[in-house]
Amino acid sequence: MAETKVSESQTKGSYSNELAGSKTGNITQVRGKYGKYGGQYVPEVLMPALEELEKGYERYKNDSKFIAELEHYLRDFAGRKTPLYFARNLSKKYGSKIYLKREDLVHGGAHKLNNAIGQALLAKYMGKTRLIAETGAGQHGTATAMVGANLGFETIVYMGAKDVKRQQMNTYRMKLMGTEVKAISTGSKTLKDAINEAFRDWVTNIVNTHYLIGSVVGPYPYPMIVRDFQSVIGREVKEQIMGKEGRMPDSIIACAGGGSNAMGIFHPFVEDKEVKLIAVEAGGKGLKCTEKAAFHSACLCAGEEGILHGALTKVLQDKNGQILESESVSAGLDYSGVGPELAYLAESRRVTALYATDDEAVEAFHELSRLEGIIPALESSHALAYLKKAAENGELGDIVVVNLSGRGDKDLETVLSFKRGI
Amino acid sequence: MRRQKISEKFGELRERKEGGLICYVMAGDPSVEATGEIVKALENGGADIIEIGFPFSDPVADGLTIQAAGQRALAAGMSIQRYFDLIKDLDVQVPLVCMTYYNPVFRYGVDKFIERASEAGISGLIIPDIPIEETADLKKSCEKNGLDLIFLIAPTTTDERVRKILERGSGFLYLVSRLGVTGTRENVSSSTNELLSRVETEIPKAVGFGISTGRQANEVIQAGADAVIVGSAFVRIIEEGQNVNEKLEALARDLKYSILNAS
Ligand SMILES: Cc1ncc(COP(=O)(O)O)c(C=O)c1O
Repeated sequence: MAETKVSESQTKGSYSNELAGSKTGNITQVRGKYGKYGGQYVPEVLMPALEELEKGYERYKNDSKFIAELEHYLRDFAGRKTPLYFARNLSKKYGSKIYLKREDLVHGGAHKLNNAIGQALLAKYMGKTRLIAETGAGQHGTATAMVGANLGFETIVYMGAKDVKRQQMNTYRMKLMGTEVKAISTGSKTLKDAINEAFRDWVTNIVNTHYLIGSVVGPYPYPMIVRDFQSVIGREVKEQIMGKEGRMPDSIIACAGGGSNAMGIFHPFVEDKEVKLIAVEAGGKGLKCTEKAAFHSACLCAGEEGILHGALTKVLQDKNGQILESESVSAGLDYSGVGPELAYLAESRRVTALYATDDEAVEAFHELSRLEGIIPALESSHALAYLKKAAENGELGDIVVVNLSGRGDKDLETVLSFKRGI
Repeated sequence: MRRQKISEKFGELRERKEGGLICYVMAGDPSVEATGEIVKALENGGADIIEIGFPFSDPVADGLTIQAAGQRALAAGMSIQRYFDLIKDLDVQVPLVCMTYYNPVFRYGVDKFIERASEAGISGLIIPDIPIEETADLKKSCEKNGLDLIFLIAPTTTDERVRKILERGSGFLYLVSRLGVTGTRENVSSSTNELLSRVETEIPKAVGFGISTGRQANEVIQAGADAVIVGSAFVRIIEEGQNVNEKLEALARDLKYSILNAS
C-alpha cells in the first residue's frame, strides 16, 4: 500500500490541517489520498471545479474575515458551542461516565449545519450564486436550505423519491425555506441516486454552482473540507472534557453513514492514541446480501474496495462492480459507501468499526428517551446501541463520549411503524 | 472475421477525406440477444466505429436516456462475462470500443479486464469517470494488450490538462461538446468550435454529447472534427422498441450522409 498521507499540522482557529498527495503537475501523482483510499474519480468536466474549490478553500480557510464570519454563524445561527452533557442515568445503568455531545441541539436538529454553514460561506466567498445538495434523511437538505435562505442562494436539493416519502416533514421544511426539492426516481430512488443527480447538475451548471456535499464522501477535496468544518465538534469536546474530567476520554463513539459526524468528533483525537475511536455502522437486518441488495449499510465492516461518487473507498457491491442498494431503519445511514479517510483509519486500526442492527438501534432510541428525556436521531441511536454491548463485554472505558449527532423528532413515524411501536 | 483497429479506420477515413460516424449503444439493452442485430444494423447504416457500453449502476456522466438503458441491461442480466462473450460473437468488422465506468473495471481487475477485452476483439476503452491522473495502471495495461485508451476533453479542461491528456491519449479524443451529461440537445454549442481549435494534435478528434441529427453532425465536421459520436438518439430508438433495426440503420445512414456532405 503506497503511503501518501503526508502532513498534519493544526493551527488554532484554522479549519484545515491535512493535505495529502501532491500539487505538482506531474501526471503520475495522485491527489487527496488517504493510504490507497480517496482520490478524484470524476468526469473530466469536474476536474477544474475541484481544483477551483481546493484553491478557494486553501485561500479562505485562514482568512480572518472568513473565519470571523464562520464563527459568527456557528455561534449565533447554529447555536454553538453545544453542551457536553453528563448522562447521569445512562451512566448509572452502564457503570461508566457517559457524556453526550449534544449536536442534536444544533439549529435544524443535527450536526449537518456545521458543514453546510462552512461550505455555503465558502461558496459565497468564491462568488457562486447557486447551491445544490443531496439528502437522504433530509437533515443535510434542511441544513442546506437554512443557509441557502439565510445567505440568499438559489438552492436545489436532490432527494430519492423513496426518501421524499419517508421523510415528509423535512421535505416540507426545505420547501418552506424556499428550496426546490427534486425527487429522483431513477436507480434505487435513495441517497446514492440523489448524489448521482447532484453530480449531473454540477457538470451542467458548474460555472455558478457549488455542490454542497453533506458528508465526508466524494472526490477530494470534499472529504477534507467536510471533515474540517465538522471538526468543530471534536475541538469542543476536547476542551470540554478536559474542563470536566481533567483528562482525555477512554473512548469516543459515533455513528457512521458517510462518516461526517464521526470524522468531525474523531479528527482532533486521531493523534491521541490512548483515546479509542469507535465508528458504529448500520447493520440493518444483519450483514447479509442478495444479488441486488444488501440488508445493511455497513461498508467498513462488510464492504469491499471500490469507486463510488468520486472516491476509492469501501463500498457495497456485487462481483461485477455494480453498487448494491443498502438498507437501514435510519435514512441518514442508508448509503452504499463511506468516507475514504474513515476507510483508511479503520483499515489502519486507528478507528474500530462495528455495527448495530435496526433492532438494537431502536432499542437504544427508546432507552435514551426514557432514561434521559432526550429523543435521539435513529442514526445516533446506532452509536448509543454500542454502550449496551460494550458494557456487557466489559469493554466500556471509564469515561466515554457519544456523539449525539441529531435529535429524533424526524424519526417518530419510522419508530411508530417499527415492530415495537412507541 | 477480422475487426479493424481504430487507427486503421481513421487512416482509411483520412485517405478518403471523410468524417467518421461513431455510434453508441448499451450492451444487453433490451436483451443480450438483441445487441448482435443492433450492432449489425449500425454497421450496415454506415457506422465507422461502434461504442458498446457496459452498464454501471451509478452512471454520473449519463443523462436519463442512457441511465435507463443501463438499468434495462442490468435487469436483463448483463454481466462482465456475458459482455465479453457477446462482443466476441459480434459479426461486424468495424472497430469496437468499450465504454464503462471505472468501478466494474477496478472490481474485475484492471489487467484482467483489459486482457479479456482484447481477446474479445475490443480495440479501445473509454471510462468517463477517471481523470488522467489516475490512469497509470490502465495505460500500461492497455499498451500491453494493444488497446487504445480514449480520453474525454471538456470545455472546462484547462490547456495544461489538455497537454497531459494528449501525452497519454490514443485512438481518438472524445471532445465533450458542452457542459452536462449525455443526451440529445437542439444546438451544437459554440464551445465546440472553441474546443476544436484549442486542442491541437494529430490524434483524431471526435465530438459527442448531445448530437442527434444530421444537421448537427454536419456542423461538427465542418467545424473541424474528424468524427461525430451519437449515442442517446440510437438508445432512444431501442427504448421505443418499434422497428428498431430498420430505424437504427436509417438514422446511421442519415448521419453518415450528412457527414459526407460536410467532409
Ligand atoms: C442525525 C444524523 N446523524 C448521522 C448522519 C449520518 O451522516 P454522517 O455519517 O455523515 O455523519 C445523518 C445523516 O443524515 C444524520 O441526520
